[in-house]
Amino acid sequence: MRFIRKTRYEQDINLIKHNGQVLWYGLLLLALFAGPLWLDRFLLGEFAFVFIYAIAGLGLMVLVGYTGLVSLGHAAFLAIGAYVHAYFLNQGLPFPVTMVIATLFSALVGGLIAIPALRMTGIYLAVATLAFAVIVEQVLVHWESVTGGFRGMPVPRPELFGVNFASPTVFYFMCLVLLLGSMILVMNLLRSPAGRAMTAVRDSETSAESMGIHLARTKTLAFALSAGFTGLAGALFAHRLTYLAPDAFTIITSIQLLLMVVVGGLGSLHGVIYGAIFIGLLPQGIAIFRDSVPAAVAQIPGLEPAIFGLILILFLIYEPLGIYGRWRKVRLFFEEFPMYRKATYKRQKSFLRTERLQ
Amino acid sequence: MEVLQLLISGISQGCVYGLIALGFVLIYKATEMVNFAQGDIMMLGAYVAITFISLWEVPYYWAVPATILVMATVGVILERVLLRPMIGEPHFAVLMLTIGLGFVLRALAGAIWGNEPRALPMPYVGDVLRLGEVVIGYENLAIILGTALLCLLMWLFFSFTRIGIAMQAASQNQLAAFYVGIPVKRMFSLVWALSAAIAALAGILTAPVSLVDPLIGFVGIKAFAAAIVGGFGSMPGAIIGGLLVGVVEQFAGLYLPPGFSDMSAYVLLLVMLVIRPQGLFATMQKKKV
Repeated sequence: MRFIRKTRYEQDINLIKHNGQVLWYGLLLLALFAGPLWLDRFLLGEFAFVFIYAIAGLGLMVLVGYTGLVSLGHAAFLAIGAYVHAYFLNQGLPFPVTMVIATLFSALVGGLIAIPALRMTGIYLAVATLAFAVIVEQVLVHWESVTGGFRGMPVPRPELFGVNFASPTVFYFMCLVLLLGSMILVMNLLRSPAGRAMTAVRDSETSAESMGIHLARTKTLAFALSAGFTGLAGALFAHRLTYLAPDAFTIITSIQLLLMVVVGGLGSLHGVIYGAIFIGLLPQGIAIFRDSVPAAVAQIPGLEPAIFGLILILFLIYEPLGIYGRWRKVRLFFEEFPMYRKATYKRQKSFLRTERLQ
Repeated sequence: MEVLQLLISGISQGCVYGLIALGFVLIYKATEMVNFAQGDIMMLGAYVAITFISLWEVPYYWAVPATILVMATVGVILERVLLRPMIGEPHFAVLMLTIGLGFVLRALAGAIWGNEPRALPMPYVGDVLRLGEVVIGYENLAIILGTALLCLLMWLFFSFTRIGIAMQAASQNQLAAFYVGIPVKRMFSLVWALSAAIAALAGILTAPVSLVDPLIGFVGIKAFAAAIVGGFGSMPGAIIGGLLVGVVEQFAGLYLPPGFSDMSAYVLLLVMLVIRPQGLFATMQKKKV
């Protein structure tokens, strides 16, 4: 077990807590940057996909995990990012510019959505975002002059200075660098006053407000940032799909995104990565599952969402802290080896305090 | 006359939303949980009714109560197995859990009854009632009358029966209700049974109008919008919100370009949340610092 002796106040907000982290995260980075050496084309593509999911997950984590606002409509921001990106690419703009435009536009829409959202909490907000996602989906279907409706919209190949960014290796590095950038941004955000304000709003709006935190500003910022990250992920996602159609951005996508942060572990950045890996690998797992069960079971329509649903239920009941929470328990078990007490993470019984008029 | 005709079909569709919304509100009032799978429980109810009536050829007057009973049991089982461990957990965890449950139920229904739409043959289907120039199908009339009757029953139940009053107490303050000797957990089971029964009734009433397939549960999302428009947690609000959504949807379908009919419920919801976030019949208030 490691004891950290704190001698300076800055140690509390340092990104790197101790030298062990430098070693392990350094090794991880090295392995990832050497990815093309030990991964084949298929796996490179899958890794890039996981990175894209992780960027979207970062956005959702800022909102759900750190600000405590639940969004059931994040597929809408993914869609906005993807469509804006593809639209401007088709207009002939270079792709880094369109990516920035897509990110900023999503953030702007997120900020606008936050205005009605500020007046509500909990389920009201979740449903408002759901309504927003449904409206966006309908707009994508019916605004054919821009989005192509159900016919879809081609995504041009990203090229810059003669380099083809759609080739697996380059795309892998682009996604990796963008993920690392977003990650550092979010880590810095969380130790800044704005990030601390978000956590305070999550824990108790009432006490946050009485400490002088501007609720509306904090929530709007969280929404805009969250939408921005998701929009960036959407722009990358567009290249992965290469052809955009509204049915890629339905409520199931929103649920999948939410599943990612819940399964990974709410309120931790590790959780985002675990969740993204989980969601990225799940389709492969389901494919294997389909092959190993009788055909009658494998042919059930809606089997994939049902498995998503089942996993969600099991995690919520048995491991609400997600994969990261489980990992922490395992680590504590070994750190305290013979002395581990199961009760350390026992959930406290609690009663719900009503928000209603009595 | 066209307007009146639209109004009536809007009301009958709105009653379905209202019934599902009523199920949402009941569970929310009693347990402060949000059951997003309410629409899917309705779908299950419709399928159970089809099983009794079409497949096993049970007479109607037995099949309907049997369906309601079966679904009430399903409600209790769901509460005991899935929701009991979640007491005291945050709202959104329960919300997510029931969303997951909805997906599971949909796949389950698809596996058992197949994905092709099925019809529920009720004896009154096909006849129409003519009032002047307005034509009302008996199946629509059944929805409206069934909803009205159910509202009356619910009102009587919650105002005058011992269990109903105990349920109200449990919903107002779990801890205080427990102290005065109300078995709060049993009340929760009962509320789930009740709301699943209502969902089953909604399924039976709506099945003759629209065919039944595993995806009809998505109506639940619109009903949810209706519940919020009415002020989540208010029973008359649920019905009125449902009617409002149903009527607006019909008129949007006629007077606005295509696509708006599907969107109208959500637009209404967003507008409502902006101008009056607590809904028509407020039961919540913002905490003051």
